[in-house]
Amino acid sequence: MYIYDEYDHSILRQRVAQFRDQTERFLSGDLKPEEFQPLRLQNGLYVQRLAPMLRINVPYGMLNSTQIRRLAHICRHYDRGYCHVSTRQNIQFNWPDLTEVPDILAELADVQMHGTQSSGNCIRNTTSDQFAGISEDEIVDPRPYCEIIRQWSSFHPEFAFLPRKFKIAVTGSERDRAAVQVHDIGLQILLNAQGEVGFKVYVGGGLGRTPVIGSVIRDFLPEADLLSYLEAILRVYNLSGRRDNKYKARIKILVRAITPEVFAQKVEAEWQHLKAGYSKLTQTEIDRAKSFFSKPAYAALNGVTAQAAVDALAADNIAFSKWLQRNVRGHRVAGYAAVTLSLKPTGIAPGDITDSQLEIIADLADEFSFGEARTTHEQNIVLADVKKTDLFPLWQKAKSAGFATPNIGTITDIICCPGGDFCSLANAKSIPIAEAIQRQFEDLDYVYDLGDIDLNISGCMNACGHHHVGHIGILGVDKSGKEFYQVSLGGSASNDASLGDVLGPSFGADDMPAVIQKLINVYVENRNLEELFIDTYRRIGATPFKEKVYAKAN
Amino acid sequence: MQKLIKDGVITENTWTLIAKPEGDAAAFVVPSDDVIVPLNVWLAQKNSLQTRKNIGVWLDSDETAEQLGDDAKTLPLIGVNFPLFMDGRAFSTARLLRERYGFSGELRAIGNFIRDQLCYLRRCGVNAFAFSNPEMNLEAAIKSLNDFNEYYQTSVDQPLPLFRRRA
Repeated sequence: MYIYDEYDHSILRQRVAQFRDQTERFLSGDLKPEEFQPLRLQNGLYVQRLAPMLRINVPYGMLNSTQIRRLAHICRHYDRGYCHVSTRQNIQFNWPDLTEVPDILAELADVQMHGTQSSGNCIRNTTSDQFAGISEDEIVDPRPYCEIIRQWSSFHPEFAFLPRKFKIAVTGSERDRAAVQVHDIGLQILLNAQGEVGFKVYVGGGLGRTPVIGSVIRDFLPEADLLSYLEAILRVYNLSGRRDNKYKARIKILVRAITPEVFAQKVEAEWQHLKAGYSKLTQTEIDRAKSFFSKPAYAALNGVTAQAAVDALAADNIAFSKWLQRNVRGHRVAGYAAVTLSLKPTGIAPGDITDSQLEIIADLADEFSFGEARTTHEQNIVLADVKKTDLFPLWQKAKSAGFATPNIGTITDIICCPGGDFCSLANAKSIPIAEAIQRQFEDLDYVYDLGDIDLNISGCMNACGHHHVGHIGILGVDKSGKEFYQVSLGGSASNDASLGDVLGPSFGADDMPAVIQKLINVYVENRNLEELFIDTYRRIGATPFKEKVYAKAN
Repeated sequence: MQKLIKDGVITENTWTLIAKPEGDAAAFVVPSDDVIVPLNVWLAQKNSLQTRKNIGVWLDSDETAEQLGDDAKTLPLIGVNFPLFMDGRAFSTARLLRERYGFSGELRAIGNFIRDQLCYLRRCGVNAFAFSNPEMNLEAAIKSLNDFNEYYQTSVDQPLPLFRRRA
């Protein structure tokens, strides 16, 4: 993974010093609260319902064991012994003390981490595919480009006071696991007929209160033009995006208002001035970025015998075989596999992780996966490079640490924002709803029979839980002071991205497990053979689901 | 007259900022001393104002560098206004004036920008800072000009991005 040089360290140290000074000026009364607010946000610090929340970037999800141990230390020393993996691959601390935040940031800077631009109206952390570099369907590893974007966007002087927040995602695989079509900018890496690397560019996607699927404004952007083209998009947005209403300030509103075609023309006109400038990437820089993501020192393994050994163990151990089935996936290198450690055991807030669990993950990463781990936007942790012959001992250790819940991709692998338990924006709690649904679906064989189902929960229309793109989406709403939940069906964040359709009137919290059960029953009654929930929904439409769920009212 | 920060030092402000006139911009009587006029006054009275050496123009945040266009090269001073400090259009406008329209005179931030924006503004080509708050401690604010001395991106103060300078 990327390793800081003296330049990177120096810039980050200056940032920490800047924020320390700003915090001191705020605490002494020299800096007004309304002026401090965007400055603290751009260093990751929110003021939440009960305490501040500090969001730390995990650039495109990559962590090394040293960083993980430092996060554990921060949980223990500055917080209440746990943190949270967010739906944008970041780490959130729920209980830091404002006066200690500069110290936390300094400790993180030592291990090449930061909260820079993790919130606020600026370019946020670039997200990507958790299986980058190892996936069998990958065309080009997106991480070098993510790192190039990270550096370009960090402390960008022109784009720190945008109309609204700005999120970029990059995927390099055929199957989009980075949800690029629901980002402000989505980049899909591809090769042209000459075998040259470039990007399909989507703009104006996003969730929130106005969910939109992004529009393609360029089919093939040569890799060298990446930064100049991003700069052109951001400049058009900075100058033309609405600033009169924060709910209409995202780039998607601008793109929709002037049409994607006109927006593309404006970007093109701006880009003509920039494309030959110094932002044009050099081959040296592309090669330098790529050099940090070269293949680790894989052992030469016999894929067939390694698999046979795993199969033999699985034949005697049902629990291990279930885990293999759901939490382990293929790898482009023979004899290796990628393992997802589930942060979704029933009863724990999805994505929450304790200090000692972090240390166990660091140990597992060192022992089994070249000292690296990855966060996922589904709020789990991936060990990407595990020898198949190590799967059994890894499973045993993961199991005793509570990470081996074999539910990845199932209805209980719920994406869930912190909701009303923590977040001051939330209209309703989301964590207890996730737990109630997990309890409703405790029979693993049944859950496996249901297959892949994305169930996403947001506590408000800001949609941090990505409810619009869940096969089943749940949105917390407030009705005269009471918490209700609106259900939508048919969303997807994958290549066939779609926004869910609202089923109908919302439900009380206590009704939710039964409502989800009824929806699943309709699916089971109507599915053809191996058909997945999303495909059945797309085939039969919403009516049968509505009829079942709202039957009582009729 | 209120002082300002220019080229990193505190100096006297010799220019008077003219607010947008209520009525017809063409009929507005422009004072004869050093003044910074709003864009609409400049556009309405360009023919007569062009002959003077002591006319600057200021752009509000919803006005663009393009509207000033090639006139920029002829002016000794251009102001970019912050109605609110969170309105960041002036960062782009400043770069465009410097990098596209060849403006080499004094580029002055006016309005409600804050001290903590000075470094980024400097990077975008702004070299003078006239705070709206007369109580502002300029000595202290100067420090924020150099919050950073190394940068990743191309900008006015350092056109070569770090990737072109890394050894």
